[in-house]
Amino acid sequence: MWNRREFLKGAALAGGAVALPGLSGCAMGAKARGHVVVVGGGFGGATVAKYLRMWSQQGVDVTLVERNPQFISCPISNLVIGGDKQMSDITLSYDGLRSTWGVKVLQDTVTAVDAAARKVTLASGGVLSYDRLVLSPGIEFMYDQVPGLESEAAREAVLHAWKAGPQTVALRKQLEDMKDGGVYALTIPKAPYRCPPGPYERACLVANYLQQAKPKSKVLVLDANEEITSKKGLFTKAFEKYKGILEYRPNSELREVDAASRTAVLEFDKVKADVLNVVPPQRAGDVAAKSGLKLINNRWVDIDWLSFESVSTPGVHVIGDAIFPAPTMPKSGHMANQHAKVTAAAILNLLAGEAPSPTPLVMNTCYSFVDSKNVIHVASVHQYDAAKKTVMPVQGAGGVSAAANELEGKYALAWARNIWADMLV
Amino acid sequence: MKLFRWMLAVGLLGALGTAQAEGKPDPNLARNLAATCANCHGTDGKAVAGSGAEALAGTDKAKLLQKLMDFRSGAKPATIMHQISKGYTEAQLELVAEYFAARK
Repeated sequence: MWNRREFLKGAALAGGAVALPGLSGCAMGAKARGHVVVVGGGFGGATVAKYLRMWSQQGVDVTLVERNPQFISCPISNLVIGGDKQMSDITLSYDGLRSTWGVKVLQDTVTAVDAAARKVTLASGGVLSYDRLVLSPGIEFMYDQVPGLESEAAREAVLHAWKAGPQTVALRKQLEDMKDGGVYALTIPKAPYRCPPGPYERACLVANYLQQAKPKSKVLVLDANEEITSKKGLFTKAFEKYKGILEYRPNSELREVDAASRTAVLEFDKVKADVLNVVPPQRAGDVAAKSGLKLINNRWVDIDWLSFESVSTPGVHVIGDAIFPAPTMPKSGHMANQHAKVTAAAILNLLAGEAPSPTPLVMNTCYSFVDSKNVIHVASVHQYDAAKKTVMPVQGAGGVSAAANELEGKYALAWARNIWADMLV
Repeated sequence: MKLFRWMLAVGLLGALGTAQAEGKPDPNLARNLAATCANCHGTDGKAVAGSGAEALAGTDKAKLLQKLMDFRSGAKPATIMHQISKGYTEAQLELVAEYFAARK
């Protein structure tokens, strides 16, 4: 267990001289004191950890529990699968959170949350006490809905690559090993799922690779949805560019997988592939879904939009892909980062004995590559609606690119570098 | 019910006297709104050097506000900022411009 003195001692030992940026700034948020535990170091968790420290002028202690030693970004990972980028391009260190911001980063897993006692238990055996807990666990796959993928062996043969990491590398390897004339099949679950445009971007980038390296091959997109769920017009145009290589089939929900033969079983059809890439249906990550928090549809956490606090469990905030989204809100890394900032501001107010801001605002930008250089975007802005008690998309704002273009290809990479720095540096 | 929840939360912290009335304007509004820009333009408007994104920190307030308003009206063409700027009220854009102008 960590009290404040031990925490500071630990931070000083771990980081040598801990720099204190922001101390010369104004006093906003400086009244807040306490210990916040953040679970999950992705786009949501890393951002909330940094912003809690930054906006409290280091007055609030923050412990980040993350199971992986480094951050690996899902955005841009489709470029690794397509062969345009390397894993080193999407892998970042947590050292900046430690040394610049004094966040205590533990490589560990939370196995239990005791919200009444305000404690979490770690897989390593330790216990952390908190004043406020932020869960940013991302998604868990609902393998019970994909018969045939029960075993580890099946899951190693039929990859999701929907959490960036070893599976990203493994899917790239499968594509490299595939013969010219082979079939790459990608199955997309019914919305909502993580990163709505992501599957269509992946289909484009794999088609782009195969067109150049193995032109007799085929990309088959098996979509459980009745139409393309994001940037429909723009992806339809992009798919036309891959005519002859890429085939898009809507209303093609996956029923079962035969991993040994890499066959996707649909309602009326069976599709045998050389590389079968199944993105399974998803729900909130285990630490959020199995800690007694109120869920919606038994899948996503129900939160208060002013604070991202669970509606059922005081002191526990949930952000990112794990929450039941507001109307038209996508599950994206960008959006998780925005949730994190609203939550950091709300927690600092609460720790100082004040109510959260009554007017939160979040916005989203998703860039998708349709080939190595050309990119399309979708953007939206969501303002709090006090009557509806949720954030609503601003009518007339947001939209998509006029057409795929190289300038936004540059902006997409600039976005990645800046959001990674915004959460980790 | 909601008010009751906040009072309960605040009460637990033993700081009932400092509770804000619900609906009171947010004193950190400029900071919070400006933070929504950081994903592309860097924390506090300090974009990663060489990333190709425009740094906003230290930009003259009037100049930045004019630019945002021109995006908003469509007078200034853009790939994306004409769509994003329409999501903010003029008052919100003014707070954002003022915040970034004060970052050094």
